[in-house]
Amino acid sequence: MSSLLTQEVPISWYLLLSAVLFSLGVAGFLIKRNLITVFMSIELMLNAVNLSFVTFAHQWHAVKGQIFVFFVMVVAAAEAAVGLAIIIAVFRARATLAVDRIDLMKL
Amino acid sequence: MTVLLHHGFLFNLWFIPLAPFVGFLVNGIFGRHLPKWLVTAVALLAPLASFSAVLYESNFSLYTQTEIFGTWINIGALHIDFSFVLDQLSLVMLLVVTGVGFLIHVYSAGYMHDDEGYARYFSYLNLFLFFMTVLVLAGNALVMFVGWEGVGLASYLLIGFCFQKNSAADAGKKAFIVNRIGDFGFLIAMFLLLANFGTLTFTEIAMKLGQDPGWQGGVVTVIALCLLLGAAGKSAQVPLYVWLPDAMEGPTPVSALIHAATMVTAGVYMIARTHVLFDHSPFALSVVAIVGAATAIFAATIGLVQNDIKRVLAYSTISQLGYMFLGCGVAAYSAAIFHLVTHAFFKALLFLAAGSVIHAIGGEQDLRRMGGLWKKMPVTFAVATVGVLAIAGFPPFAGFFSKDAILYAAYLHGASGKALWFVGVVTALLTSFYMFRLWYLAFLGQPRGEAAPHHSTPWSMLAPLVILALLSICGGWIGIDRTAGSTGLSGLSNLSGLVNWINMERFSGLLAPAVGAGAAGGGSAQLELILSGAAVGGALLGWLLAHLFYRQKSTLPVRVAAALPAGYKLLANKYYVDEFYGAAVVKPLLAISTYLLGWVVDKALLGGAAWLIGGIATFAGALLQRWQSGNIRSYAAWLAAGAAAVLLFLVVPWATAWAASLEFVGKMAGH
Repeated sequence: MSSLLTQEVPISWYLLLSAVLFSLGVAGFLIKRNLITVFMSIELMLNAVNLSFVTFAHQWHAVKGQIFVFFVMVVAAAEAAVGLAIIIAVFRARATLAVDRIDLMKL
Repeated sequence: MTVLLHHGFLFNLWFIPLAPFVGFLVNGIFGRHLPKWLVTAVALLAPLASFSAVLYESNFSLYTQTEIFGTWINIGALHIDFSFVLDQLSLVMLLVVTGVGFLIHVYSAGYMHDDEGYARYFSYLNLFLFFMTVLVLAGNALVMFVGWEGVGLASYLLIGFCFQKNSAADAGKKAFIVNRIGDFGFLIAMFLLLANFGTLTFTEIAMKLGQDPGWQGGVVTVIALCLLLGAAGKSAQVPLYVWLPDAMEGPTPVSALIHAATMVTAGVYMIARTHVLFDHSPFALSVVAIVGAATAIFAATIGLVQNDIKRVLAYSTISQLGYMFLGCGVAAYSAAIFHLVTHAFFKALLFLAAGSVIHAIGGEQDLRRMGGLWKKMPVTFAVATVGVLAIAGFPPFAGFFSKDAILYAAYLHGASGKALWFVGVVTALLTSFYMFRLWYLAFLGQPRGEAAPHHSTPWSMLAPLVILALLSICGGWIGIDRTAGSTGLSGLSNLSGLVNWINMERFSGLLAPAVGAGAAGGGSAQLELILSGAAVGGALLGWLLAHLFYRQKSTLPVRVAAALPAGYKLLANKYYVDEFYGAAVVKPLLAISTYLLGWVVDKALLGGAAWLIGGIATFAGALLQRWQSGNIRSYAAWLAAGAAAVLLFLVVPWATAWAASLEFVGKMAGH
């Protein structure tokens, strides 16, 4: 019992969770039609990667992974700001957020 | 034989072709913007300068003068120079080319005066002289070939001078294409020469042939026959003569210069130049003789019934060229060249006289609509009479000497000689007949049709006529002087075997008995006299027949034609040779080109291959195009699939196993 509590969570669990989150993100990106949901899927993928960064940093007692996570979060924040602005602009222009219909750049 | 290399600056052989070339450039490039007098001045000065240069060089006792201007091709053992050779042979030829050429330039200035292509005409004419002098001066076969092709080009341009006329353009093409067949022979001969002798220089070939008596027949025969093919194309011999009558579409002075006096004699000149090869191949020599004799009589019979004044002269030219080939074929090269010279005089004269007639009566060329012109054009009539007498071979006109020189040599030539001689005499009879027919129809009798002279003939046209008439009278006399041994011409006999210039001591036998000529090769003065008498008799008979037919009983030609309808039709249609070539060569060639090459090879094979390659590209493009859907999510899906594939490759153990196996194989190979 106590051993279960005191024992560390095996590293593979973190990685498995990260993989599951990433796959969910990919699936959401591919399947969802709403632009905001697609956007959220991207965030999900980024955070799945963050999780594996942190995991490995903890595993190897290396601070580089932690620092990298900060960078990713900063980029994600910036991306969220720009992305949401674009989404609002697109919605104003097209009155829809369905990705299939935002296809003006198609050949 | 002394070979002299000139490096002097003041005056060299290159000046002779250069002058007309400059004339060609000036008139060809700027001619349209220059005033007419300047065009004329440039055009006439160029041949005059060349002629003066030739006269300056003309010293018949001179050694052979070789000039090398530089290396043309130098690959391994193959070494070909730009070289010119001046010896007695090329000197005689140059005198004719530039001299007669100059006279015809002067004549052209009058004849073409109102033509809008005046400058173009003279630039072509100068270009012709340039290439012709290159051909004549050439020291090796390749340089000669340059001139050879060049005169063909000039001939093409001038035949098709009135290119708006379809018939003229077609005639130009015909001349060019038929000449290609001959040039093919010339080229093959050059390749064989290179392969067997390693050189194209005439003197070196002669030297090698002289050193080794083993050169006899065999490959030499093949080379000689190939050269003969080339000569037959250029000099309009059977079976390649068909282009020359059509070449009469060109302006008349062109017919006189290129298609009578100079270019068409290039074949004879070439044979004389390469005579050593023919001397080593009796078979090729006899082929030359047979071709010449056949051409002579064949063309003469066609000439009997032609009604176009220029075509009569064209067939007469072919016939006379046949004489020259006959002379070459019996190894009497000097006689052939002699006839070439006199023929240049009287045939140029006849063509120019015909041109004068055509010019005066407004472009009419049909003999049936002429007549009675002697009163209105007395000078032309007089010079034409001289020309007719000269070509018919009456003494003391030029044609008599040269023609008899050939006939005499033929008679003495081996077993077939008598037959060749007989053909020659019959041809002389026919020649005399059709020339006097022309003479009677054009100048005597009553005017037929409204062919009355419209305008007078300018002096620029009359002066060359008169000079050529004088040459046609006196041109043959050089043969006499030689035997008297009194002039500088004696040097002519120096050139090995070739210009054994006038071995015609027989002239003295006939005309200067005091000299007491002996005859080389089994002839005698008496025999010469008899043979000459026979030839003149033949000519006289021809004249009498023409007189009977066209002067006394003018209904006779029609009656004879009606009595022999098949024969007349055969002659009037020129033995259907054009039709035969059309059916045997042109039509099959066109059919092969259209169906086999056009449809099967071009459309089916090449077109199919192109279509297949294009189709594959289009098909692949259509497939790949689907990939580029423009749908972001499909791109993302491919991205994910790709990432998954990379992951699979990295993670799954068989990838490392594969690497390990590679390493293993590498190790094994290392051992």
